[in-house]
Amino acid sequence: MTQLHADDLTLAYERRVVAEDLSVEIPDESFTVIVGPNACGKSTLLRALARLLRPRDGTVYLDGAPISALPPKRLARRLGLLPQSPLTPEGITVADLVARGRYPHQGLLRQWSREDETAVADALAAVGVADLADRVVDELSGGQRQRVWLALVLAQETGVMLLDEPTTYLDIAHQIEVLDLCARLHEEGRTLVAVLHDLNHACRYATHLIAMRGGEVLAAGPPAEIVTADLVERVFGLPCRVVPCPETATPMVVPADRRRARALTADTL
Amino acid sequence: MRVMRAGAVSLRWEPRTAAVCGTLALVAAGAAVLVVGSGEFPISPPDVVRAVVGQGDRATEFIVTTLRLPRALTGLLAGLALGLSGAIFQSVSRNPLGSPDLIGFTTGSATGALLQILVFGGGAVAITVSSVAGAVLTALAVYAVAYRRGSGVQGVRLVLIGVAAAAMLEALNSYLITRAELREAYEAAFWLTGSLNGRDWSQAVPLAIALAVLVPAALALARPLGMGELGDDAARALGVPVQRTRALLTVAGVGLVAAATAAAGPVPFVALAAPQLARRLTRRPGAQLLPAALTGAALLVPADLISLHLPVAMPVGVVTGVLGGVYLAWLLSTTGRKGTA
Repeated sequence: MTQLHADDLTLAYERRVVAEDLSVEIPDESFTVIVGPNACGKSTLLRALARLLRPRDGTVYLDGAPISALPPKRLARRLGLLPQSPLTPEGITVADLVARGRYPHQGLLRQWSREDETAVADALAAVGVADLADRVVDELSGGQRQRVWLALVLAQETGVMLLDEPTTYLDIAHQIEVLDLCARLHEEGRTLVAVLHDLNHACRYATHLIAMRGGEVLAAGPPAEIVTADLVERVFGLPCRVVPCPETATPMVVPADRRRARALTADTL
Repeated sequence: MRVMRAGAVSLRWEPRTAAVCGTLALVAAGAAVLVVGSGEFPISPPDVVRAVVGQGDRATEFIVTTLRLPRALTGLLAGLALGLSGAIFQSVSRNPLGSPDLIGFTTGSATGALLQILVFGGGAVAITVSSVAGAVLTALAVYAVAYRRGSGVQGVRLVLIGVAAAAMLEALNSYLITRAELREAYEAAFWLTGSLNGRDWSQAVPLAIALAVLVPAALALARPLGMGELGDDAARALGVPVQRTRALLTVAGVGLVAAATAAAGPVPFVALAAPQLARRLTRRPGAQLLPAALTGAALLVPADLISLHLPVAMPVGVVTGVLGGVYLAWLLSTTGRKGTA
């Protein structure tokens, strides 16, 4: 059994059931990426893994114990989450925001230990924003802001990090910057689970891919083994070709040109 | 930021915040001494202090401890309570307009008091109880309407429903006054502007007891409350019991505003302005509970002092209303320009 896995989850909001009998395993020390069309339940699954959503049925296990039984702070010392759209308090500085990642390690009489200090300094350095420590977060660019938020989750010092669409709203250069950073955090020995929209990014960075549709896992495994034109068609309903990426040799999805297909059909008539 | 460490214990504090808190406490206490000294029989500040610690002559001591100290203390404590509850509600609703005096809680408290004064004709204790009940019932009703399953109570919904509730209760209050006898209507209208005139120990003591319980409880939750400003998901992922913190603080906030209103009447704008001023004074992001409480006291007591020295007798609510109106207009115009709430 892996460190983090979910058994037979039924996930639902109010009356809408998102997934039934959903089981996933997150391989230890993997960079797992969950992909799938909109509303396939991928973010919902991530929320359940982070205990932000209580499953109607089934259990999420962390290190062999159901996460529902863990006290909030203890869970937060082992599993961190970067939500899709966190709020940045107005006027907060980079150092202050990242320091809030230490909350699960603190208490009424343990407000700022030396470990807190080191963890925040290390996190700021790891994401390359140490020189911005005293800047106000609102004034930073989108890419910098996302790195600051990653530093907050890093300062939490958890073995598992969950990231809900960490590249949304960023331009291509910043997307790659954030994903490169995630890859490095993974190489340093952390287990990362991310929801990503871009299938090519997922194939390029993931060591383990989970493809979902309609609340079900259609395929799971290393991208090179599972990503085929057939799978993409089944998951996204998109006709495509899968070719090796010229840069990384990972699978690259090239959507079929429907205009050309139309033109060809017209020619043959 | 400064840190004090001893073994496993580490405490942190902001020098600027500490300085601001100290100054605010001095301003509030100084104004309270001047309030006690003001009246037909003026007493100098040193004599006031001597009388309070039991070193003055008997006549002065009688005037100070029996007649004037309750008023000054009520002002001080009501200011603390209003500032603190304002900071709590503005943080919980994530909206600077989510202040108890705008979302109907103080108006509801006034409705409770008015019903008692005009309809049931109860005495001071009955008025206090009714005004607390009015605030609590209004808060319950506003929260019940604003509550949505799944998402809980969202700030903007709370503010909009609260403003609607305030408008309805305001209308009810006006109706009650038009129905009343002239003398009673005058008493009610005076109560409605918020006044510290004629406060005695029967107002100051219950208020002090309420604060002794609610202030430490609220301050103990300041850190998880501040974490909630990162958004519910981020806060919960960091181990903050978001819903429980919010529920406990809401209860404390309603209790504070109810106790303050019962003792001093619906003094306007202190709860709205104090948290915002405290944030600007400390230059810290997010809710600053202790500085906001002290700012509330440092607003209300000097306002009371001003009202005492105006040529015409004015309830303190008129002074805070005028100051607060200007402040609110400024707040709305600046937040509007920046495009954030």
